Amino acid sequence: MEPTVDQYVPSDYLPILIQFAAALGFVIFALVLTHLLGPKRSSPVKDAAWESGIESVGDARTPISYKYFMTAILFVLFDVEIIFLYPWAVNFKSFGVEGFLQMLVFMGLLLAGFFYVIKKGILKWE
Amino acid sequence: MSENTDIKLVEAPEGVSGAGFFATSFEKVIGLARKHSLWPLPFATSCCGIEFMATMGSHYDISRFGSERPSFSPRQADILLVMGTIAKKMGPVVKQVYEQMSEPRWVVAVGACACSGGIFDTYSVLQGIDRVVPVDVYVPGCPPRPEQILDGLMRVQDLAENESLRRRNSPEYQALLASYNIK
Repeated sequence: MEPTVDQYVPSDYLPILIQFAAALGFVIFALVLTHLLGPKRSSPVKDAAWESGIESVGDARTPISYKYFMTAILFVLFDVEIIFLYPWAVNFKSFGVEGFLQMLVFMGLLLAGFFYVIKKGILKWE
Repeated sequence: MSENTDIKLVEAPEGVSGAGFFATSFEKVIGLARKHSLWPLPFATSCCGIEFMATMGSHYDISRFGSERPSFSPRQADILLVMGTIAKKMGPVVKQVYEQMSEPRWVVAVGACACSGGIFDTYSVLQGIDRVVPVDVYVPGCPPRPEQILDGLMRVQDLAENESLRRRNSPEYQALLASYNIK
């Protein structure tokens, strides 16, 4: 009989580790093999940075505006909040009033953060 | 359900086939794969470039032939399509673009100006790009119709299908590149 969920021992999860090792091994094998077997042609012109056929000038490292980072990081935070909301949305009836209040506290904290973001004007694009 | 006879499948190369397997030589398979996925670098300069835009459009679709991704960077391009008049000032640029492509690479000179300077036999026009890069296919015309450009692409497909995998080590290829002073 298959053991129920309560009776799984840690060694039951060994196949996952083996599969991960096999995938990693294949990736390393493919990378190393193509690096060793692949034909290469290297010359100063060919390895130069591409700038539409003319000589490349300067460095590509310029400071990037921080608004891109802010937008992305706020998206990640609120996206994780939405992920937490999904299981609650499925089961909220069985949680009762207590669960509802806990969820209110959770969302209230995040809403306070959102209020701070708006007041600070971080989401202004220009 | 009507029989759809418009779709033409590529026929398999000759090889040994059996229940559930098919064995053939590397060159044939790689040639087949390369032939049907040539990614162009459109080096479009003048009127021939506009004909190429028509060729890329949906009427004379070039992505039917596998050229689904034209890019303006040589790093991932297979064919360099030089379309238009190349001035002598532009010659080193074309050469740099060709040198920065990885092998296997082919060059198509589209139009009279890229083949031989066209009607511009003057002090500033390069009389044919084969003065700076080795050219594989010449497509004449001023400008050539999209069907002719597609015919040029199909000739490159023939070259790609039959190209030996060891070509880059062959003495003729090395001599060819050396004659253009390309390392």
